[in-house]
Amino acid sequence: MRHPGRWVGVGVIGVLVAMFVHLLVTNDAFQWSFMVDNMFSEPIREGARTTIVLTVLSMVLGVLLGIVLAVMRLSPNKVLSWSAWVYVWIFRSVPRLVLLVLAGNLGIIFANGQIEFGLPFDRQLLDLFGVEGDARIFGLDSREVLSGFSAALIGLVLSEAAYMAEIVRAGILSVDSGQSEAALALGMNRPLTLRRIVLPQAMRVILPPTGNETIAMLKDTALVVAVPVSNELFFQLQAVGSRTFQVFPVLVAACLWYIALTSVLLVGQHFLEKRFSRGFGARKQDQPVPVPVGGMGGAT
Amino acid sequence: MTDADPRPATTGVPMVVAEAVHKSFGHLEVLKGIDLVVERGQVMVVVGPSGSGKSTFLRCINHLEQINAGRLWVDGELVGYREHGGKLHELPEKVIARQRASIGMVFQRFNLFPHLTALQNVVEAPMRVRNHKRADAERRGRALLDQVGLAAKVDSYPGELSGGQQQRVAIARALAMDPKLMLFDEPTSALDPELVGEVLDVMKDLARQGMTMIVVTHEMGFAREVGNELVFMDEGVVVERGRPADVFTRPQQERTKSFFSKIL
Repeated sequence: MRHPGRWVGVGVIGVLVAMFVHLLVTNDAFQWSFMVDNMFSEPIREGARTTIVLTVLSMVLGVLLGIVLAVMRLSPNKVLSWSAWVYVWIFRSVPRLVLLVLAGNLGIIFANGQIEFGLPFDRQLLDLFGVEGDARIFGLDSREVLSGFSAALIGLVLSEAAYMAEIVRAGILSVDSGQSEAALALGMNRPLTLRRIVLPQAMRVILPPTGNETIAMLKDTALVVAVPVSNELFFQLQAVGSRTFQVFPVLVAACLWYIALTSVLLVGQHFLEKRFSRGFGARKQDQPVPVPVGGMGGAT
Repeated sequence: MTDADPRPATTGVPMVVAEAVHKSFGHLEVLKGIDLVVERGQVMVVVGPSGSGKSTFLRCINHLEQINAGRLWVDGELVGYREHGGKLHELPEKVIARQRASIGMVFQRFNLFPHLTALQNVVEAPMRVRNHKRADAERRGRALLDQVGLAAKVDSYPGELSGGQQQRVAIARALAMDPKLMLFDEPTSALDPELVGEVLDVMKDLARQGMTMIVVTHEMGFAREVGNELVFMDEGVVVERGRPADVFTRPQQERTKSFFSKIL
């Protein structure tokens, strides 16, 4: 035997797997048939739908807001870059669970039932001139905006945007500055350069961590119970468990659901990464990657 | 195509006029007052040791660098600024982009867009900046790639091309905007020696067609063959200028002599 260590390892793993299968098959607590009968019921399928919708919406909006924040962060304008920095600092510091509970309780500061937008300090300023009135432009019904689902969405999007801002920023910085110079020299403006030249190349760096973020988001939707949102996958499964006193089978069912959903995401990620690596395949051979040039050009 | 002839009839105004151009990076003064005139259809070759400011000067001409003092005109139009009450005010980005669109630039490291094929590289700006129809832009793009000898490579990605081929695509990409002026920033310095010739040949063709060109290069053979004027820069000033043959054979300044003695 050329690699005895490997064969010992294989043997150990074989025994452990056999033990695990033994546990799965012989232990009655798993209640397999009960699990299969209950894990696809209508409330649970609806919970899975909510989980998927919440994941997709949070990621789409989070990525868009993240791109805006990343561009702000890289702006030469100090106010813009500082605001983006402060945003990321705050929303990366607060745990997602805390943020979701907070979002669920925002109704407290809009106790009159209206979220109004207009001039800040309008009543106080008008008071100074002895005028009664306000300068509110429009208002939203806080009970509607801050209901379970939208409060959960707000919490998740705000949190996700902070992480995505950092990922997108790293992606943009990974693109050689010669790329935007070449685009500018062709008469393209900055937004066009960002959209057509820089971001498509940044995607190669942005996509893998965004895939991780999406998977994390799928799992973190289980936290929205704290808002509270109740028609979500994990809550619905647990509800079955507490109603029937079959706690363990539904936990296994939850694991299987999340594994299945994550697997679908992994397939999607694979195809997206392939799409955005166009033009970079040939580099793997002996062709050297062009060395990025510093802003000033190699030799002046 | 509205602009079949890249060079409108000579109007008498020189293509490029630089007047006391100054440029600093922080405390480092890179250009210390450059005065130059490039006539239409002329090929000006700029040489000098590295750090002499020649690339920076080239980058000021299409406003990739902002100048700190002086004036720079291209085709009679002040580049990047408008003058108001004796002061320079930077132009809005839209106007600067329009000015840049008619000045082609070729970079030392090619800077092709790696996620686009050769043809897509060439048609990107005509379609997005000039709003040309895809069919028109692609017809012109194929013709230009043919002109630089790359008709067979239209669908290749830059990563699949040699350095010389990439630089020729970059030249075609610049020409697709029908520039009135072409700037070359050490276009052959990043190339393997055996690939330099194919790029220089394309540039010679271009010069023969009457394109106004400013070329920063170390290729003295090219300077001698197609250059109308040779400019030697050192430490941010123009040390010497004249007909290439004259400057090569009878340099007047000590610094020019010592530079040529090192490289020739």
